[in-house]
Amino acid sequence: MTSYALQTRNLVKKFGGFIATNDVTLNVEAGARHALIGPNGAGKTTLINLLTGFLEPTSGEVILNGDTVTHLAQHQRVKRGLARTFQINRLFADLTVLESVTMAVNERIGIGARFWRPVGAYAEAVDEAASLLSTLRLLDLAHEKTRNLAYGKQRLIEIALALAMKPGVLLLDEPAAGVPTSESRELFETIAALPRDVTILLIEHDMDLVFRFADCISVLVSGALLTGGTPDEIANNPKVKEVYLGEAISV
Amino acid sequence: MTVIFDGIASGMLLFLISVGLSVTLGLMNFVNLAHGAFAMLGGYVCVTLLNRAGVPFLATLPIAALATALVGVALERTLYRRLYAASHLDQVLFSIGLVFMSIAGAHYFFGAQQQPMVLPEFLQGQINLPGLDIGVYRLFLVVLSLAIAYGLNRLVRGTRFGAQLRASVDNPRAARGVGINVERIFTLTFALGTALAGLGGALGVEMLGLDPSFPVKYIVYFLIVVAVGGSGNIMGSLVASLILGVVDVAGKYYVPQIGAFVIYAVMVVMLIFRPQGLFGRRAAR
Amino acid sequence: MQAALTLDLAPIARADRWRPAELAFWLIPVAAYFIFPDNLVLLTQIAITALFCLSLDLILGYAGIVSLGHAAFFGLGAYAAGLLAAHGYGDPLLGLVAAALVTAVLGYVTSFLVLRGADLTRLMVTLGVAMMLYEIANKLTHITGGVDGLQGMEVLPVLGQFEFDLYGKTAYWYAIAVLFALFCVARKLVHSPFGLSLKGVRLNVGRMPAIGAPVNARLSAVYTIGAAYAGIAGALLAQTTQFVALDVLAFNRSAELLLILVLGGSGSLYGALLGTIVFMSAHHMLSDLNPQYWQFWLGALLVVIVLFARDGVMGGLRGGQRRLGAALGRTKQ
Ligand SMILES: Nc1ncnc2c1ncn2[C@@H]1O[C@H](COP(=O)(O)OP(=O)(O)OP(=O)(O)O)[C@@H](O)[C@H]1O
Ligand SMILES: [Mg+2]
Repeated sequence: MTSYALQTRNLVKKFGGFIATNDVTLNVEAGARHALIGPNGAGKTTLINLLTGFLEPTSGEVILNGDTVTHLAQHQRVKRGLARTFQINRLFADLTVLESVTMAVNERIGIGARFWRPVGAYAEAVDEAASLLSTLRLLDLAHEKTRNLAYGKQRLIEIALALAMKPGVLLLDEPAAGVPTSESRELFETIAALPRDVTILLIEHDMDLVFRFADCISVLVSGALLTGGTPDEIANNPKVKEVYLGEAISV
Repeated sequence: MTVIFDGIASGMLLFLISVGLSVTLGLMNFVNLAHGAFAMLGGYVCVTLLNRAGVPFLATLPIAALATALVGVALERTLYRRLYAASHLDQVLFSIGLVFMSIAGAHYFFGAQQQPMVLPEFLQGQINLPGLDIGVYRLFLVVLSLAIAYGLNRLVRGTRFGAQLRASVDNPRAARGVGINVERIFTLTFALGTALAGLGGALGVEMLGLDPSFPVKYIVYFLIVVAVGGSGNIMGSLVASLILGVVDVAGKYYVPQIGAFVIYAVMVVMLIFRPQGLFGRRAAR
Repeated sequence: MQAALTLDLAPIARADRWRPAELAFWLIPVAAYFIFPDNLVLLTQIAITALFCLSLDLILGYAGIVSLGHAAFFGLGAYAAGLLAAHGYGDPLLGLVAAALVTAVLGYVTSFLVLRGADLTRLMVTLGVAMMLYEIANKLTHITGGVDGLQGMEVLPVLGQFEFDLYGKTAYWYAIAVLFALFCVARKLVHSPFGLSLKGVRLNVGRMPAIGAPVNARLSAVYTIGAAYAGIAGALLAQTTQFVALDVLAFNRSAELLLILVLGGSGSLYGALLGTIVFMSAHHMLSDLNPQYWQFWLGALLVVIVLFARDGVMGGLRGGQRRLGAALGRTKQ
């Protein structure tokens, strides 16, 4: 029996009369490298928002490691090991890189509300943040303000903040969006090098990257799941070719 | 009954003044706390023309509206425009600054005293019905306000201008893309909002009084109307004004010891349970 | 661990060290005492307003909660301490503690109302709460004295030792001591993980839950603390003037406080202090000329700040420091 890290059951999200997520039942296996693809506006980000609790579903359920978390607040899901990155950077422009990541680590280890001793006095958090930055080869920028960083580097901070949660399940929403190709390779190497026990759900438009990275792919079209399967199955699925991939993937 | 009618009349007056705020706040998303200052300006224009130049009352009203709109447009072009994209806090600070300046200006030109106001003969007096005394001026206010409410609603909902305005607010860039002159639309809307403030201010002198503290004294009421009515919603503002007017007048009449407390409490409770206002659409956040 | 060794952690480890400029700053109140011995009443007012401004800075400057009704807490604190002293409990520190507790409770309770909405709703709710308190104080004349103000306060000597004197010496040192103590606490707060998370909320409230931070709990906490600070400031005013006027709760006080904070530069503790000093001194000098002129220029100043100098005095100082630093750097090369 396979165990699932993340599941949804009949998930629906309506914005007024518009159905952005249409009866989605998705299963993400523990330890999977699962990709979520679909044309622009298909509802991929909305799905992530529902998974993380950023949005409340209209109906349906979200199940994390076997527990229903549909009505749990975002930060509580994070406490259970569900972390995400955002398609559009949501960073702390005026904090330094080290401060940002330290803040994230603080929250994970539960000292985010300590109000008496200075941030620097909690060496375990600062050290952990620094070593995370070194893994991401960001150490030389540790004391730079986030706003002064190149865009590609900011995308890395986006990931660093999620990794600081030591997630069991990591949701990556187009992590390389807007990053020049040369840098996006490097970025994906970083992601590919994450430990295998971290389950990853990846949204990505670059099919080369998706097919190299994923062991399972789900296709979302107009809010509904069209199909899912291994990269081979998806590549050879005529329906997928028709609605989404077109000729791009006749390799 | 008379109390209720007075409440309705004062609610109508409140509507006249605050609907302008509802327009700028709701449709342009600008927190203009200086709205009361524009109303005050209308009031001063009215009494000055009336008392010093002998212009008939009814003629002072359009002049007051026009003069206020002109000042409004001048300020919009030079200052307000720069802050459309700013945070609400910045808009608040900026407009408080304008309020302070207007108060000082009113002191300088007109002194601290209440301005005297004598209505023309035909608006004085009462119509006495069994169990109901209707002040003629109050009746005049009610009729005028209803007409304006109707006209405004038509303007925003049913005309090209209204459609362009809503498009400009929803997405200025897209609106520009389809050839709408967003700047001009905003200027016109602002002019409309301030003209209404000026008109309301002129009409309000008799009931609300007029002295330099006017912009601060009543701003809370205007904000309540907008908050309760749902900003940008003309009919909502009308209903909210009526409720507020009746509750206020009746409250002061029957339970004077509670005073304005109820009104603030109602506003806070309202805002908590229906942040979009009584009649506001629930926007997807 | 290896990584940490290669990184110089000094900037984060020493962020909370007292700098020489700060120590110099705190010599100002001492110097002022000797330079302006005849203006102690004004100086005391400055200290109290500085504390009040500090409290707004915590909630607005650090956590980004906008408020148009912060005077609610100032006024409640003033009445709490005033009523205690008028009913035979005149110990000043007792008054401060009571004021802090009462306002903290109000702050905690209202924080749930305030946190529900976006900026505009927050402005209106804070305003509404303050107006409600104003009306209550206005109507409960048998308790508060209404528009005539609360009279008959008898404030005992501070710590049983220092009696409040006619020249206001005790009042001055008392206010300065309280300000300094609470400033130090606030300073600890903003340099702590808690303070860092508040900055996070202000800079990007949408991200905070995604890094596991309970945003509303943090905001509730800082709103409560800010309320208590404001309450203590109000209590200080009541005790040092032995009187509570109804205008402690007035809208003007909240609006003026916002102005002082943006003048000084929000989001910096010294900005709050400097803004108060600049504002109150200017007020003192200019309003003697003509109160109306003063109000006009005040308004004009506010407009100019919003349009052109959003970072306030602190921003100006920092910019000056940077330019100075750059200039020095250049001459060295
Ligand atoms: N808060 C919202 N209110 C109304 N409609 C929304 C909202 N969020 C998303 N939508 C709509 O839902 C649809 C799906 O959007 P979503 O961002 O999930 O697409 P996506 O698959 O992530 O697209 P992309 O590849 O461009 O990132 C879009 O049509 C979008 O306009
Ligand atoms: Mg997306």
